[in-house]
Amino acid sequence: MANTTTALGVRRIGDAGLMDIRGDVTAQSEPALAEAFAEASSGGIRAVILNFTALDYMNSGGIGLLVTLLVRANRQKQRLCAYGLNEHYRQIFELTRLDEAIAIFDTEDAAVASAR
Amino acid sequence: MSGRDEAYWAKPVRTLDVKEIPAGATSANVAGRRVAGAAQGFGQLWHKRFRVRLEGANVAPQEVIRVWKERFGDFWPKRARMFLPPAGIAPGEIGIINAGMPGAPTFATGVLVIYSDDVSFSFITPEGHMFTGPITFSAFDDDGTTVAEVEEFTRASDPLWELLMITPFVGDWMQNAQWIATLGNLAAHWGVRGKVDTRIVCLDRGRQWSQAKNIWHNAGIHSGLYAASAPFRRLARPNAKRQP
Repeated sequence: MANTTTALGVRRIGDAGLMDIRGDVTAQSEPALAEAFAEASSGGIRAVILNFTALDYMNSGGIGLLVTLLVRANRQKQRLCAYGLNEHYRQIFELTRLDEAIAIFDTEDAAVASAR
Repeated sequence: MSGRDEAYWAKPVRTLDVKEIPAGATSANVAGRRVAGAAQGFGQLWHKRFRVRLEGANVAPQEVIRVWKERFGDFWPKRARMFLPPAGIAPGEIGIINAGMPGAPTFATGVLVIYSDDVSFSFITPEGHMFTGPITFSAFDDDGTTVAEVEEFTRASDPLWELLMITPFVGDWMQNAQWIATLGNLAAHWGVRGKVDTRIVCLDRGRQWSQAKNIWHNAGIHSGLYAASAPFRRLARPNAKRQP
């Protein structure tokens, strides 16, 4: 299994918690993603927004982790959104039909606006 | 910018298209169906992980995956058959599954290969399959020992499959036992009698009632109807030949 280098930053803009994802998203990213999600989704926010602008690599294990984030967001009655996906990763979301459950936006502004 | 994983992923498809049906396979409940992700399923969401350590086997993860892809169906328990696509396990290819259940007609379904690299490969299921969601087969090195793994994030597709999955022993036999036996057989290929480590976590106990309508696609029901209509199809065949 490939070594994973996932770097995550968490920000808050208005009613949204943002997770800036850099590097790889694989099954090995689980602890880092879970910790960042817990931070990003705290404090009564309405949406968690995943920033994939600096995503370098994602395999099917990573897709599975996104499913777990989706479940956690739904459980907390929060929306899960994404932006910064290039054409390739948009196609992966379409292939796995994650695009029907995670709202995808072109820009951060649009994603944040959807949380208002 | 393209990801460095681009070559490993299949392209999105609106519906599945079975180009060639392998000899002896019952191909039903695949062609024309959409794939179904975990978000489209009905039942409780499970994260299941099965692992076997290939202790003492001097084999690299890449070699395990090469053999696993090439002989995928051979490692399955006897009750089920996987007909590999002509191009093998490669992104975008479709495998046909025929499974037998006691007293029931052949259960026919399939999988779409969504990802394949040299240390892992993944399937997603079509509508009507027992479960929805991705399932990944991988091998990796752990302190000098190669470990083979099956990991899934799945829900039962519809209320009927969910009922079977939560029935004591039945659900376990239908799914978990499948991967435990597969990993046992895989390990035996390298002469290892390894214990399969199982980790099963329920991620979401809720049911997605909005997806209860998936029962219309239930591959078990459709397989039964397909088997029941076989005599009529046989009767219709000679008539079709007589037509100019």
